[in-house]
Amino acid sequence: MALSPSLDSEIRRPRPRPARGIGRWLRHNLFADRLSICLTLLIGALLLYCLPPLVDWAIVKAVFRSDSAACRLAAGEGACWGVVAEKYPAILLGRYPPGEQWRAVFASALLLAAIVATCRWINAGKILIFGGLTAIFGAFALLRGGWAGLTVVDSSLWGGLPLTLLLAIVTVLGACPLAVLLALGRRSQLPVIRRACGGFIELVRAVPLVSVLLLVAFLLPLFLPAGSSIDVLWRVMIGLVLFAAAYLAEVLRGGLQSIPRGHLEAAAALGLSYWQTQIHVVLPQAIRATLPALMNNFISVIKETSLVTVVSLFELTGALNLALIGDVEWREFYVEAYLFVAAIYWLLCFSLSRYSQRLALRLRTDRSF
Amino acid sequence: MTTPIIQFKALNKWFDDYQVLRNIDLDIAAGERVVICGPSGSGKSTLIRCINGLEAYDEGELVVAGITVRPQEKVLEQVRARVGMVFQQFNLFPHLSVLDNLTLALRLVRKMPQGEAESLALGQLERVRIAEQANKYPLQLSGGQQQRVAIARALCLAPDILLFDEPTSALDPEMVKEVLDVMVELAGRGVTMLCVTHEMGFARAVADRVIFMDQGQIVEQGSPLRIFSAPENPRTQSFLAQILAH
Repeated sequence: MALSPSLDSEIRRPRPRPARGIGRWLRHNLFADRLSICLTLLIGALLLYCLPPLVDWAIVKAVFRSDSAACRLAAGEGACWGVVAEKYPAILLGRYPPGEQWRAVFASALLLAAIVATCRWINAGKILIFGGLTAIFGAFALLRGGWAGLTVVDSSLWGGLPLTLLLAIVTVLGACPLAVLLALGRRSQLPVIRRACGGFIELVRAVPLVSVLLLVAFLLPLFLPAGSSIDVLWRVMIGLVLFAAAYLAEVLRGGLQSIPRGHLEAAAALGLSYWQTQIHVVLPQAIRATLPALMNNFISVIKETSLVTVVSLFELTGALNLALIGDVEWREFYVEAYLFVAAIYWLLCFSLSRYSQRLALRLRTDRSF
Repeated sequence: MTTPIIQFKALNKWFDDYQVLRNIDLDIAAGERVVICGPSGSGKSTLIRCINGLEAYDEGELVVAGITVRPQEKVLEQVRARVGMVFQQFNLFPHLSVLDNLTLALRLVRKMPQGEAESLALGQLERVRIAEQANKYPLQLSGGQQQRVAIARALCLAPDILLFDEPTSALDPEMVKEVLDVMVELAGRGVTMLCVTHEMGFARAVADRVIFMDQGQIVEQGSPLRIFSAPENPRTQSFLAQILAH
């Protein structure tokens, strides 16, 4: 009996490997056709034109010492990184009382550790939640003081990096559960709940965050009973949470819609209740499906925290303004200081963005957390 | 005769203004194996979906295992504890492993400890001859394997009644047999089975009764032998002629 040739193992060849080498790579990526040759030359020329002056400004002629006189001499030609060297405690920690600043540093470290640990052990479940909440409450307690001999530091004095991190983390943590409820509510069978959730989402999405912040900071106290005052930090957090929740809810809604009806029916047939179905069948799939968009929103949240300056909370950008505005000696070098703050934002956001790409890839390959 | 395990009494159902079930009277005895066939849109899927309350009916009465099915959470909870269902599209949860698909309801609904649920689930996977895939994810399996997992998932809850809604219609032809084999084996075990299918070989092999539906009505019913060899109703005749022609 003759074997069919396709059953012969030698018929299956490995995929031929493309030849390698720098020359090949260049030709393939930069000089493949007339258009890419033009673009390569154009961009090359631009780089040649821009890069040397930039390097000149940022490094060669830059002043790194905290010496405002030297900075002024180099003005227009070299960057004044001295402003960073001089002002970094004020930019990173805001108006936090000088003698107590180690507490703000520790609080930042705790919060950063919480973020890193969450990303690293995303599937650790209860331990992660417990550890994360401990870190956040720890950071709160450290900043606030009033225990173990630590002096109380009023929240109006908190600022800089710890405040940015705290606002971002609390916003994301608070907004996620609220967004889930809003997204589910928007698909509810009950018209009252559906309309209320839909109305809230549409309302929040239709106004700028700045107006929400001004509202919670200045208008909300008027409605509260006289004598009771909620700290402005808390009110701002509530505002940020509500705002982020509306956006996250819309993202999640897309994910909820992508779940086949059959999965809901299968869950019902197995006897799962509405909430069991949502928690164990629907949400895990909806969150996976929308993960890149959700991460995108988280990154936005980090940057949106910079808007709380309008209600006199001095997170990173606010602390930067505060540090320079009253200081005649240094305030003309705000560009360099802003670049420094931008670099911090970039580091935070870029890491998260890379992490979300890795997570998405992992979910695609093994379909489990 | 003992009380039927499923009783349809003058049941009517509409989708908006379109009547999908018309005056259904049907008794099914415990342990009976029933195959329901008929042209698409005849209401056969809707009929069995009423049994575990996936569809609500508008008129008449439906009693399942002594419980009158009504669209109330408590009632549905009781009914669904007795009724398992297997779907055309398998409907396994893709984010859970095969084993977790099986243990989910045991843990959440039956409040069974994890270890106990897993050993029970493994036993059921053994029965459908797929235990070695327990830790894979549904989308890593073939259609036939997925449907066998779905059957095992339904069996885990030890239902008195098993509903099959076109279990082989979404399968590639070479995988139909492995699923039917499992179903034939199940049929020998005393569970009440209602199966919407066009697999006439399966009907002949295991069904106690074949029900032919058309346009929301039960047109004709009887033993597979009689329905297939001597159908009385002209609609049954023309339907069977088309099914058996190829």
